[in-house]
Amino acid sequence: MKILVCMKQVPQKDAPLKLNESGAWIREDVSYEVNEPDAYALEEALRQREKHKGEVVVITSGPPRAQQVLREALAKGADRAIHLEDDKFVGLDAFNTAKAFAAAIKDEQFDLIFTGLQSDDYGYAQTGVILAELLGLPHATIIMQIEKSDGGIRVKRELEAGYFQFVDMPTPAVLTIQSGINKLRYATLIGIKQAKNKPLRKVALADVQSALGENLQKIERLYVPQKTKKTEHIEGPPGEIAKKLVDKLRNELRVL
Amino acid sequence: MPDTILVVVEQREGKLNRVSWETITAGQAIAAATGWSLEAAIVGGNAASLAAEVAAKKVAKVYAVESPKLEPYTPDAFAAALKQFLAAKQPKLVLMPHTYQVRDFVPKLATAMGRTVISDCIGFKHEGGKLVFTRQMFQGKLAADVSFTSDAPWFATFQNGAFRGDKAEAGASAAPVETVAVEIADGVIRNKPQEVFKEAKQAVDLTQAEIIVAVGRGIKEQKNIEIAKQLADALGGDLAASRPICDSGWLPMDRQIGSSGQTVAPKLYLALGISGAIQHIVGMKGSRAIIAVNKDSEAPIFEIADYAIIGNLFDIVPPLIEEVKKAKAGG
Repeated sequence: MKILVCMKQVPQKDAPLKLNESGAWIREDVSYEVNEPDAYALEEALRQREKHKGEVVVITSGPPRAQQVLREALAKGADRAIHLEDDKFVGLDAFNTAKAFAAAIKDEQFDLIFTGLQSDDYGYAQTGVILAELLGLPHATIIMQIEKSDGGIRVKRELEAGYFQFVDMPTPAVLTIQSGINKLRYATLIGIKQAKNKPLRKVALADVQSALGENLQKIERLYVPQKTKKTEHIEGPPGEIAKKLVDKLRNELRVL
Repeated sequence: MPDTILVVVEQREGKLNRVSWETITAGQAIAAATGWSLEAAIVGGNAASLAAEVAAKKVAKVYAVESPKLEPYTPDAFAAALKQFLAAKQPKLVLMPHTYQVRDFVPKLATAMGRTVISDCIGFKHEGGKLVFTRQMFQGKLAADVSFTSDAPWFATFQNGAFRGDKAEAGASAAPVETVAVEIADGVIRNKPQEVFKEAKQAVDLTQAEIIVAVGRGIKEQKNIEIAKQLADALGGDLAASRPICDSGWLPMDRQIGSSGQTVAPKLYLALGISGAIQHIVGMKGSRAIIAVNKDSEAPIFEIADYAIIGNLFDIVPPLIEEVKKAKAGG
């Protein structure tokens, strides 16, 4: 089974974000980490390879710093990596990001392509589905389980409010993976060592430029959300906070 | 001809998904702001039977987009059917609720038409003749106003609760309904979906709880959930959690609050060590009162909290349990 995992580097969850001069993006001098759903997608690919043999390839697009995500993936056991490397990849919309990926892998044949169900920075949940359409492949989203079957695969799709659905699909296919599908492994020291020798192919923006177009949407401005709610802060040492809070629970909220 | 806004309502198991009324409200608001006309479409195997309910709302027209191949839902069928319909109708703006089903097909539909979707919007602005859509980014830390730089049709999806379904205006009289049969060729549909089911037993129905104490990553370890449970017990409430806690297996999935779990609106929601990621907030923002305890003063949960305690939950919860017990004992 040849599996491609599309991964993204995003600002760390607790990174303090500041707007840049244009007011349409953040200042990039923050710490970064792998987009959490993508870590689950990678883990799932590694488990599928363990079960069915094959190859796990990881791909990302972004500045040089994004290579870290690929290095970690290789250390966890991915076989090779592809880095679409350029600062300008950060500014591409999902449509163009998917087009860039499609162009980078055009000479390869994957059985499965995974993405995380959405990114922690944009939260659009689109790139995987767009990629499936560009490649002419069937897809399913928010996947919690993947089993090989006679005609291809049987996947478990998560729906709202605790509902699920199994779907039978042919391969090759694109799946967007939900967090919690598995438990993430840690990279071992041996894995980290071996990662250094695994192939990491760089793809320049110029190599895929002809496949891209103008962005179809634009962030006009980014800003700290305006608060509509009045929030009362309860302060003091813990004992005092507890007393004040119980007072509110009793007299204002009337739940005691 | 004025530009048209088309709301594509969603049906589940032969019934309209109630969140669709929120999208109608959104469509009516955008129509009022822009002067564009508003229409609605239902897509499905038996769309016409639900059209009357939609036609009762203040919309210019309702389309029932039908084909037996639209039942059950598959992304291939829905994308093919809507692509045909939209190519013929040519609306300016297509609106849908940001449900798991819409997420499954609308990026495919837009891509097939060479267009784009602004997803999970919480509002819109119409300034100087320009329409922009507001959405949250970086897990709610920042808001973005996003515009379309492409040709129509434009696609936008709205977050659950961004608009109120009960504010969807009724029409003075029933809107005309037109059934549109769409052709879906053999071989288009590649997925074979099975029956939808609920996993295991639902040991607790959090939608009925009046008081909920919920834990997030800030609880750090499974054994620490015990103090949250003690607080829940002292208050006479139920224990719940954000997704990562359930993903780790520290609490069962039926305790999960959020887009994949339960959506609740209790009298009191006490969030302990929950940062306030969008997927969680969407499941509890309707709570009557929200108290949040978190070490991080920038945590997005504080945007929606009625009472904020910026501090270490391990310092605050034990004395809180004591004070609650005292109060209940008549102290």
